[in-house]
Amino acid sequence: MEPHVSGPAPLAIAAAGVNKSFGRTSVLHNVDLAVGEGTIFGLLGPNGAGKTTIVRILSTLIAADSGDIQVAGCNVARDPDGVRAAIGVTGQFSAVDDLLTGEENLRLMADLHHLGRAAGRLRVTQLLDEFELAEAARKPVATYSGGMRRRLDLAMTLVGSPRVIFLDEPTTGLDPRGRHTMWAAIRQLRADGVTIFLTTQYLEEADQLADRIAVLDRGRIVAEGTPDDLKRQVPGGRIHLRFLEPELLHAAGRALETAVHDEEDLLLVLPYDGTVAALRHVLDRLDDAGVEGTQLSVHTPDLDDVFFAVTGHPTTEATPAP
Amino acid sequence: MSTLTYTVADSTTMLRRNLRRLARYPSMTLLLVGMPIVFMLLFVYVFGGQLSAGLGRALAAGHAGRAGYLNYVAPGILLMTTAAAVQGTAIVVAMDMTGGIIDRFRTMAIARASVLTGHVLASVIQTFISLAVVLGVAIALGFRPTANLAHWLAAIGVLLLFTLALIWLATALGLAAKSVETASNTPMFLTLLPFLSSAFVPTATMPAGLRQFATYQPFTPVTETLRGLLTGTPIATNLIEAIAWSLGIAIASFLWATHLYDRRHAR
Repeated sequence: MEPHVSGPAPLAIAAAGVNKSFGRTSVLHNVDLAVGEGTIFGLLGPNGAGKTTIVRILSTLIAADSGDIQVAGCNVARDPDGVRAAIGVTGQFSAVDDLLTGEENLRLMADLHHLGRAAGRLRVTQLLDEFELAEAARKPVATYSGGMRRRLDLAMTLVGSPRVIFLDEPTTGLDPRGRHTMWAAIRQLRADGVTIFLTTQYLEEADQLADRIAVLDRGRIVAEGTPDDLKRQVPGGRIHLRFLEPELLHAAGRALETAVHDEEDLLLVLPYDGTVAALRHVLDRLDDAGVEGTQLSVHTPDLDDVFFAVTGHPTTEATPAP
Repeated sequence: MSTLTYTVADSTTMLRRNLRRLARYPSMTLLLVGMPIVFMLLFVYVFGGQLSAGLGRALAAGHAGRAGYLNYVAPGILLMTTAAAVQGTAIVVAMDMTGGIIDRFRTMAIARASVLTGHVLASVIQTFISLAVVLGVAIALGFRPTANLAHWLAAIGVLLLFTLALIWLATALGLAAKSVETASNTPMFLTLLPFLSSAFVPTATMPAGLRQFATYQPFTPVTETLRGLLTGTPIATNLIEAIAWSLGIAIASFLWATHLYDRRHAR
């Protein structure tokens, strides 16, 4: 989908030169962000890359060491309450009151947003229905399943009708059904004109949802663009061929000259463009070479591939740069 | 709406939230109110007969024996009730601060003070309900206050001020704790202090070092003031000392708690 823009679109989030260290550990280096109003922005990176730190800074929970940050037209450092009035945050850790019921949690939010009795009641009922929580509305949250908690968490974020929403790994730990429910809710929000800043570890999620994606690696943005831009930088999929003996590996290697050898695991890795013709070509070559006892698997590009393509090293968990 | 109306509205919302939690899960409150009652029964019925014989002139006029000791110890038991109840404050504050919900509150445009004032107000109500229950049990056992209305009002005022002081202290301890478990332990010394005061026996009967500690720690003047107001024993300078201690603890703890709250980044 090509956006029809004449002139620069207004920005919901604009950050320039953001740095943050915890003690002597530098967590963010010169991060720049530009998120257009009404778009979904995906921040993609492994654990420990600094995604949550960025969300915490943008949502006024912690201050950056340096940098200029505007969210919803307000400066995060000078007018945090202005920012808070415009945003909603659903963090990685569930931010619900376990001892209250789902309905009471939502009512608490309605009261804190000063919606008034009638309007608050209406909004709560509407959100309970929208997020399929009406049945469990009067049960304590402690009895909810993981997916229900996550839905309640997001519903609580929406009570005040925020213009900008931060979702920190909204689907981590959800089953496939829960993930698709969450995706549908996020798409609906964008359709309503809400700006969404989303962090994720999954390329597929960013690809499915985001208008633009930034890749975060050890506190630096290493790539940014539309999902298509990003995927163009990825060499595509791979075919893995696994063998039982080194001789077979070598024989197959001679037949398939583009393959990369992995002697230790008796593995051949070939670039693969996803077509039937390319797969048939590989199988024909193996037949011609008379190589038997081969296990074949096909891999579509994932976060590891994007990482390898843009950083030249595989994803590394929780190893911030010195 | 002005800033003040927002602060009042948000604090009321938070108070409602905390009272609802207390009402729904009363087991902690019951446990905390049970402790002073158990100590009262223990001291009156197990030690009371012997202690009253030794106390002699320290007992209020016209009181002797076990019943006399009940009149002597009941005001101290009320303070122990407050000391026990505020352990609950530290626990619920720590539960909030170590959970995810505090981050939600912090990213909302709500009156900053409302999170803490909501906890403090709910704790005041909880503590006064506990005090009423313990006082009721004491009266059922034979506690006979001689106070007139003015004395009662003054006694409630002294209790309220002291309760506020301990609640702010417990709030600060709850904020300072890294975990809920720590928060449930750190305020425990408060329930020990009545034993090292004039709540159970006159400080004059204690050995030198302990006597000095007991004389100059806050529970003694507050106990003496309360005992004087309720049963007519002499108060002298204890009222001033009680008010000074309460205000001092309240102000220092309030400043400590707000400092911790402003500084703290939950996870």
